[in-house]
Amino acid sequence: MITVYVPRDSSALGLGAERVANAIQMEAAKRGIAINLVRNGSRGLYWLEPLVEVATPAGRIAYGPVQAGEVAGLFDAGFLEGKPHTLCQGPTEEMPYLKNQERLTFARVGITDPVSLDDYLAHDGYRGLRNALAMEPAAIVEEVTASGLRGRGGAAFPTGIKWRTVLNTPAKHQSAGQPIGTRNAPEGGSAKDALPEKYIVCNADEGDSGTFSDRMIMEGDPFVLIEGMTIAGLAVGATQGYIYLRVEYPHAEVALNQAIEAALKAGYLGNDILGSGKRFHLEVRLGAGAYVCGEETALLESLEGKRGMVRFKPPLPAIEGLFGQPTVINNVISLASVPIILDKGGKYYADYGMGRSRGTLPLQLAGNVKRPGLIEKAFGMTLRELLYDYGGGSANGRPIRAVQVGGPLGSYMPESQFDTPLDYEAFSAIWAVLGHGGVVVFDDTVDLARMARYAMEFCAIESCGKCTPCRIGSTRGVEVIDRIIGDQDRAKNLALLRDLGDTMLNGSLCALGGMTPYPVLSALNHFPEDFGEKSVAQVA
Amino acid sequence: MTQTEWDRDAVTEVIEQKKSMPGALLPILHGIQDRIGFIPEDAVPQIAKALNLSRAEVHGVISFYHYFRTTPPGRRTIHLCRAESCQAMNSEALEAHIKARLGIGYHETTADGAFSLEPVYCLGNCACSPSMMIDHEVHGRVTPQSFDAIINELKEIAA
Repeated sequence: MITVYVPRDSSALGLGAERVANAIQMEAAKRGIAINLVRNGSRGLYWLEPLVEVATPAGRIAYGPVQAGEVAGLFDAGFLEGKPHTLCQGPTEEMPYLKNQERLTFARVGITDPVSLDDYLAHDGYRGLRNALAMEPAAIVEEVTASGLRGRGGAAFPTGIKWRTVLNTPAKHQSAGQPIGTRNAPEGGSAKDALPEKYIVCNADEGDSGTFSDRMIMEGDPFVLIEGMTIAGLAVGATQGYIYLRVEYPHAEVALNQAIEAALKAGYLGNDILGSGKRFHLEVRLGAGAYVCGEETALLESLEGKRGMVRFKPPLPAIEGLFGQPTVINNVISLASVPIILDKGGKYYADYGMGRSRGTLPLQLAGNVKRPGLIEKAFGMTLRELLYDYGGGSANGRPIRAVQVGGPLGSYMPESQFDTPLDYEAFSAIWAVLGHGGVVVFDDTVDLARMARYAMEFCAIESCGKCTPCRIGSTRGVEVIDRIIGDQDRAKNLALLRDLGDTMLNGSLCALGGMTPYPVLSALNHFPEDFGEKSVAQVA
Repeated sequence: MTQTEWDRDAVTEVIEQKKSMPGALLPILHGIQDRIGFIPEDAVPQIAKALNLSRAEVHGVISFYHYFRTTPPGRRTIHLCRAESCQAMNSEALEAHIKARLGIGYHETTADGAFSLEPVYCLGNCACSPSMMIDHEVHGRVTPQSFDAIINELKEIAA
């Protein structure tokens, strides 16, 4: 029987993948051909989605972008035997966009059936967990430390150090009265809350514009995240995990729950993981459209059933996190990178990368670009290689004028910075942010003063309101930029904007207020002509 | 002002089912909104009592999160992305078209009750910008023309 792959990834669905899958089923039935239709994750070559693949003796052959109306024609052309067609892209693995990548975390995404445990196991799944089960907790932490893995959510904090803190902090019995953990419990509390336990929390509140790697993992290989969280539980002695997923990702929720159920049934989760006597349970919880809940302490508040208000630090979540207990809180990509580290060793992972940025980073290329998609590479490639070699320039052929890297709190970068290597330290050295690896491309029609205004507006909409620089500063920021755009007292207002940026940068409680000056002031510094000032070239 | 009718049994059922979860408030609010489309203001006392919280605390949580709504939505809710990647692909022109076509702004519902329009800040569909989500279905590379086609099709299904 011939196997045909049509992605269930939400971006592919958003381009008609469901209709394509139905059309293929119907056409095959009509022609009396038995096919095995697998709904895989996306390969991440989004300009070709919906990308249909056929398994042939010569490997998988790709066709894309396919629309439902073209399916009959594909059958006529003999696509089930991998024969030529105008949409044929040749062998999938040979496409340069894919072939030149270094896929460690994304090794299985697009290849397997995301919710098939058998498929996961057949593609090296759960090898990391099996190794971890034979190790002492401290040795697991040591392996992660040796890998050099740093938090992929954006802050780039060394994952191993975070884990070591949680390992060395015992769970505590809550004091009498009204312990944090039972505040939302029903009258009388419940027995479960009384048990002291540590937690693994996955930050799956991927709210940054231009980022979608978390979503691709959760929709395309949910088991790798589950395995990573289970290993984290073994490493620090945590028995309960939560995946805090943004409500905007309904397809990820379905895939995660299907995979959790399968893992539980097969003994990879539960009270006795693979007969080891070790316990780990996992649950998906939904956010509710608040960007600030991507900040770890606001996320913990939200998980506890409260407003997503940022907490003061210290105490760190590793000491007092969810329900007051020691908590590992990591981004999806950080946790999904753990299985391969435990499978192949920390050194294997650390051998990729440059400087203090070890391993690979799944980059997400988005916005106005010809070939948008997911590119996992070792740290060190330049932004220019990403934009032109992979991205092929802008979608409409106009010059690329600016890119915003690292989400809505990242700097706007001009062409003169495109030779910067993708590395945490290289970016901070030029007051830019690598963050979660999202790259949004803008052509020469972009107005950076308007983008700066939007950054302030976004901060005002999403501020949790706890600290003044963020809550008030963002609204004042919109007003000041409006006056600059409207040419009222420009020089005075530009000075005011810089002063406000300084206040927000140094006085905010978390990265939302503290980093909004990055897009605002980078726009002003690199594109002053959009603010009615002389251009950088004119000044020089 | 008359209060909107809503299914009290459904709300009670959701609360009973979820109140023992650690951090139960968000799961309860999601459960209620999934069942009846919104979170009625006058369900707040019942939720508060079940969780041993004050009404102010429950109200505070509902009003904090953009996703929760306290009024009934249209039959379908359109979440249109306003974030940077979509802006780079001309989402502002699309936004203007959608508002004109539906005759409503953000946080409003069409007079016939067919559509509500809400802004959203990223759907994670940035490689296929501009994006929108109608109920739970994402749509990518949306143009004014494709928007009209989708809306017309949905209207036909409803008719």
